[in-house]
Amino acid sequence: MLKVNNLHANIDEKEILKGVNLEIKPGEVHAIMGPNGSGKSTLSSVIAGKEEYEVTEGSIHLDDEDLDDLAPEERAHRGIFLSFQYPVEIPGVTVTNFIKTAINESRKAKGLEELPAKDMLKMIREKADLLEIDRKFLSRSLNEGFSGGEKKRNEIFQMAMLEPKLAILDETDSGLDIDALKVVANGVNKLKSEDNAVLVITHYQRLLDYIVPDYVHVLYDGKIVKSGGKELALELEAKGYDWLK
Amino acid sequence: MSKFTEDDLKKELETKEYEYGFYTDIESDKFPIGLNEEVVIAISKKKNEPEWMTEWRLEAFKIWKEMEEPDWANVTYEKPDFQAISYYSAPKQKKQLDSLDEVDPELLKTFEKLGISIDEQKRLTNVAVDVVIDSVSVATTFKKTLNEKGIIFMPISEAIQEHPELVKKYIGTVVPRTDNFYAALNSAVFSDGSFCYIPKGVTCPMELSTYFRINEGGTGQFERTLVIADESSYVSYLEGCTAPARDENQLHAAVVELIALDDSEIKYSTVQNWFPGNAEGSGGVYNFVTKRGICETNAKISWTQVETGSAVTWKYPSCILKGDNSIGEFYSIAVTNNYQQADTGTKMIHLGNNTKSTIISKGISAGKSQNSYRGLVQIGSRAKNARNFSQCDSLLMGNQCGAHTFPYIEAKNKTAQIEHEATTSKIGEDQLFYCNQRGIDTEKAIALIVNGFSKEVLNKLPMEFAVEAQKLLEISLEGSVG
Repeated sequence: MLKVNNLHANIDEKEILKGVNLEIKPGEVHAIMGPNGSGKSTLSSVIAGKEEYEVTEGSIHLDDEDLDDLAPEERAHRGIFLSFQYPVEIPGVTVTNFIKTAINESRKAKGLEELPAKDMLKMIREKADLLEIDRKFLSRSLNEGFSGGEKKRNEIFQMAMLEPKLAILDETDSGLDIDALKVVANGVNKLKSEDNAVLVITHYQRLLDYIVPDYVHVLYDGKIVKSGGKELALELEAKGYDWLK
Repeated sequence: MSKFTEDDLKKELETKEYEYGFYTDIESDKFPIGLNEEVVIAISKKKNEPEWMTEWRLEAFKIWKEMEEPDWANVTYEKPDFQAISYYSAPKQKKQLDSLDEVDPELLKTFEKLGISIDEQKRLTNVAVDVVIDSVSVATTFKKTLNEKGIIFMPISEAIQEHPELVKKYIGTVVPRTDNFYAALNSAVFSDGSFCYIPKGVTCPMELSTYFRINEGGTGQFERTLVIADESSYVSYLEGCTAPARDENQLHAAVVELIALDDSEIKYSTVQNWFPGNAEGSGGVYNFVTKRGICETNAKISWTQVETGSAVTWKYPSCILKGDNSIGEFYSIAVTNNYQQADTGTKMIHLGNNTKSTIISKGISAGKSQNSYRGLVQIGSRAKNARNFSQCDSLLMGNQCGAHTFPYIEAKNKTAQIEHEATTSKIGEDQLFYCNQRGIDTEKAIALIVNGFSKEVLNKLPMEFAVEAQKLLEISLEGSVG
């Protein structure tokens, strides 16, 4: 599904990714771990198509399509979803209105009619219940005054609504207490299927107790230096990253 | 990878051409350029005005001659040559029309282009439209329904003939001829406008609506509007404008006076979309407007405006809260793009006891434009327990535009409670990327963010107008992509 091949990327002339290789197949859960500054968030931004990063070498393919020429919204339309580490506030735009716009823009891009209001509401209710989201929450301004947990839960709610092929969870566990973490992880697990894949980017092993990865990769200084099964996460937790240098 | 930087955003915003930039070929009956006593008399004569009106105009002209064009606003422009303007332009019309069939088909085509087909309006929206094309009202609808309630809604030129006692009693009482340079000029040469009177105890059953257009190259337009809500009455009045593209600057100096008698309420909503000039900043309408209302006891006046057009805007819809317990409200969205300049805001003059005012101002600047909020909250020495709440929010796009806030507060009574809040924010690349990542392209994302920012004010507009206003915001700010 996703093939990252020898990916090099710069920001402001500074090389952050120095040849990343990664392949994710449908139905798989991958985790990328690594110390601060290793390039974890850069990798997720580059896959999503953030403009300020420049890809200098290598490629990213989704279902054999080269993403290089695609704008961020076009990548989204093809099924890439990024759960942000720091979701932005959009005052005056409700959670419902935002997700409605997102879904209809994606449908428009695929040549589909707008989703009828009735179906939209039904879907919103279903997904909100799935993630134990209070209805009142849906009429609040997007991320404005949200707690850390609410922001992350809202990201997963959007993911549930958009039903992406590949969901990238960028430090979704940061700022969450254990209860919120469980709710979020539970939501992700419920959404997992044979056809989609999840890429979890995290600092700590803790989230991986709940979202169990098939593969764990260690990103260090812009390169994947070690890959393994879920036990690698435990090893990292015990030994730290220094032994991999 | 396609890159979308702030530079692209700016470029995109700059390339948006004025959507209604067409020009209707209607024969005009036009005065030679220049202004003197003879021209003032000629205008008055053309309108078959009674002598008192002619005298009133001449007095205004005398006052105007002694005045100087103000320059305190935060705008720069080449001062118009007032002797190079023709002061009267009317579509040539043989007689009064009873139905749309009799209206010049060219004119009807113009309406269609603007999306304000009168037929449609009549059938679907329950809105009575008094259409002003180039200074003379050519169609008035729904007159009958209004007549039954005793509501008078007609061109002010007709009101001067048919209801001289009302016009004479109220004209110039809220905005005196001596008020300012443009108000004096308007008083001398106003061509037409709307007049509205709601009798005691009557709630106007429909939104009253006027569409203005400037249509003849080189003519200034001087509208005069007078709305009187008698005791315990209610009226909601809508004013909307579009104008065709022009190379030369067009002057627009309107005066609007609202009179809200005891226990009455006037809601006055404006969507203003005069031609803002092209991307290089040439052409465009100069909009110097004086709008003011007076509230008697327990009365309420609410101004709501969406300002997207004009090269230069100078406009401060204000309330004189004369009566006890009266309420004044001002809700504004002002959008500037390219080289547009807006200096707009309000004055809330608290004279009565327990008077209350609310000011919500949303300024949106893009391109190389300058957007200023200028507001005065004045509490008179005898106004006990006056309250004001002001909120001024600015939204910036790109880094070549400017947002300015000039709040003035003069409180002469210790019991006054005045609150002022102000915020400035910028549409950031992070916000845009977040939207993009959810499949929303940049153009749509800007519209979404701007609508969210403006929501408190958009919500104050009547439903059908809010939709139009939202469209206008998008037209004014989106790029030509898609």
